[in-house]
Amino acid sequence: MILPWITALVILIALIVYAILGGADFGGGVWDLLASGPRAGRHRDLIAEAIAPVWEANHVWLIVVIVLLFACFPLAFAVISISLHVPLALMLLGIVARGASFVFRHYDVAADPVQRRWGRIFAWSSVITPIFLGICVGAVSLGAIRVEGEQVVTGYFAPWVRPFPIAVGFFTLTLFAFLAAVYLTKETRDPELQEDFRNRALLAQLWVVVLALLAAFASRGDQAHVRLFEGLVPWLFTALAVVIAAVATWLLFQRRFTWARVVAAAQVAAIVAGWGASMAPYLVAPDITIENAAAPSNVHLIVLVVLGVGAFVLVPSLLLLYRIFKREPIFETLERD
Amino acid sequence: MDDILFARLQMAFSLGFHIIFASIGIAMPVLMVFAERLWMTTGDRDYYELTKAWAKGTAILIAIGAASGTVLSFELGLLFPTFMRHAGPVISMPFSMEGFAFFAEAIFLGIYLYAWNRISPRLHLLSGVLVAVAGALSAVFVVTANAWMNHPIGFDLDENGNFVNVDPVAAVFNPYAVHEIVHMLVAAYMATGILVAAIHAFILLRHPQSALHRKAFGLAMAMVIPMTIIQPLVGDFAARQVARFQPLKFAAMEGQIRTQTHAPLRFGGFPDYETGETHGAIEIPGMLSFLGFGSASAEVRGLEEWPREDWPHPLTHYGFQLMVLCGVLLLLHTLWATFHWLFRGRRLPDSRAFLWATVFAGPLGMIAIEAGWTVTEVGRQPWVIYDILRIKESATPMPGMIVPFIVTLVVYLGLSAAVILVMHRQIRIAPGLPPTDVQREIAR
Repeated sequence: MILPWITALVILIALIVYAILGGADFGGGVWDLLASGPRAGRHRDLIAEAIAPVWEANHVWLIVVIVLLFACFPLAFAVISISLHVPLALMLLGIVARGASFVFRHYDVAADPVQRRWGRIFAWSSVITPIFLGICVGAVSLGAIRVEGEQVVTGYFAPWVRPFPIAVGFFTLTLFAFLAAVYLTKETRDPELQEDFRNRALLAQLWVVVLALLAAFASRGDQAHVRLFEGLVPWLFTALAVVIAAVATWLLFQRRFTWARVVAAAQVAAIVAGWGASMAPYLVAPDITIENAAAPSNVHLIVLVVLGVGAFVLVPSLLLLYRIFKREPIFETLERD
Repeated sequence: MDDILFARLQMAFSLGFHIIFASIGIAMPVLMVFAERLWMTTGDRDYYELTKAWAKGTAILIAIGAASGTVLSFELGLLFPTFMRHAGPVISMPFSMEGFAFFAEAIFLGIYLYAWNRISPRLHLLSGVLVAVAGALSAVFVVTANAWMNHPIGFDLDENGNFVNVDPVAAVFNPYAVHEIVHMLVAAYMATGILVAAIHAFILLRHPQSALHRKAFGLAMAMVIPMTIIQPLVGDFAARQVARFQPLKFAAMEGQIRTQTHAPLRFGGFPDYETGETHGAIEIPGMLSFLGFGSASAEVRGLEEWPREDWPHPLTHYGFQLMVLCGVLLLLHTLWATFHWLFRGRRLPDSRAFLWATVFAGPLGMIAIEAGWTVTEVGRQPWVIYDILRIKESATPMPGMIVPFIVTLVVYLGLSAAVILVMHRQIRIAPGLPPTDVQREIAR
């Protein structure tokens, strides 16, 4: 039964990519909300310009996660859908409001007051969505969702209305905001804007640390069975994330933005990967595992083949997209540094 | 029980909302690409302006389609978790392929919309073509998954009702999928085309001299006419497939309560499910037997053959009648245009009467799509997986489903109003017209 583990790994990778790419789009909305001072308008324009061509493609990674989950781990999908109905529905509300208000603001020809209203909705929905995404992630890791004979027995609020999932929700928000601020330093050549977003990134990194500690504290205080922070591998990932975060912070202090962008993405990847490592073998702790939720192995095989073939089309297309729009592609600038 | 009703209504409403934007997302890129191609070959500036205007509309509407599509993929589990628990692995193939089609659509739409000045014209046109192809492929995959719900294959049931011997490859090559896919794609091109034609016809009524809008109107009609002509043939094929695979749905669609030979084709009519008569229909004797089974004397099984609790809701009948009515009206409109084109010097009619007819025909395609999906989906119920799993066995155990339903309703109604508002403003600043107040406002 190695195939389900490979599929689970692919889901984790898709989640990491979603966090690195799609997460930053939500983070952009956070900085839109918090834009203030003499350059607020320029901040908002820069954020919109950076997000516009890529946000729809970045969003598809979430669809990939969902499709793989229901195709390959249908029991896990059913359990998550039932017990986390409320936070998932609120996340969807955020996703719809974010997408719609962003295009409306971008294309609507109306005068300023209407534009501002779309902008408000865009910013607030960008804040709400990551919080509820994080709450769901926190809830499946906590161990408060109990399943007996394929029936969820812990209700619709108890598994997530508690300190740990909510702490993870806000942690996710700050992490995405941090990522967006770091990326935005490379989206402009204007030194004033670069400086603004550097400062914002450093501030967000501070919040990331605070909320990480808070989440760790909340997980200790919670009665339920907790899977995070157990075992060697999760601790190794935690240590790795701390080191990478320190490097990212140092690079920001040094204003080495090209490298900061790469290292900030690595920081998020290490955190999500560490979460995945600490979750294994659980999909929904403590009752749903990779093995007991897995679809028959021929389904995994077929889906992996489809993914493999699809990757041949997807990877060049994505590279083309980022090559066109991220004016200084990561690899080119690395060579010059 | 009410919770299940609200779950069903929420699904129905979400799907009914999404399908409009999905259809536009399939067809609009085709129009956009044709306009761009004409600009490249003729150098006519009008086509450039038209491409730009259509691309903007496409961007807005596809974004709404992407968001509402995401909602649907979650709602499958949020509303019917037991359904997905069983169906997920069997229909894993079309859904995972759909993911890639969605990726391609989003990536190349981003390139198309924002890279006008960054890539060569040929690559730009190609990215538009890829958006159109990916949109059509998304429809193929999603509709294949729906076809499986109507004609579930690729697994066996064990004595406990568990799905065993799951074969996703067998499930994807589903004989029921062919007519659904073709019918849906043709409908998407038809409905979007007539909607676009209606908008430009409306502008032409006020500005008859606008060369740009005459070209836009012509391009949209060039998509509408062939699609409207082939759709009745596709529809006939679809009806025969339904008659073959889902005779119960066929009987419900046609209001055929009693089993009979020489069954008549009915237009309109109100079935009385107690007496077994259908009143007030215009009937063509023997035609239903012929259309469904190829012979006027063929026996058509009526609803009475099945237990009453398995009968689909009467909406199936009315939805079908509404779809056919819209189709007939659109066909008359298209025939008007076609005859004019054939016998009046290869030109589309541009009389005020025809333009007004087009304006009124505008919504009919989308109404037909909604009605047709009502037939497919309501006609499948009480089953969620036809003859295998009932809706009531698959719905979420969560109580208070009225709350998410009302939230969904309010959000989507608000979103609809916003889309109409935004599109209305887009149309008011359409190129090729004297500047409006809005444009002057922007220019300031």
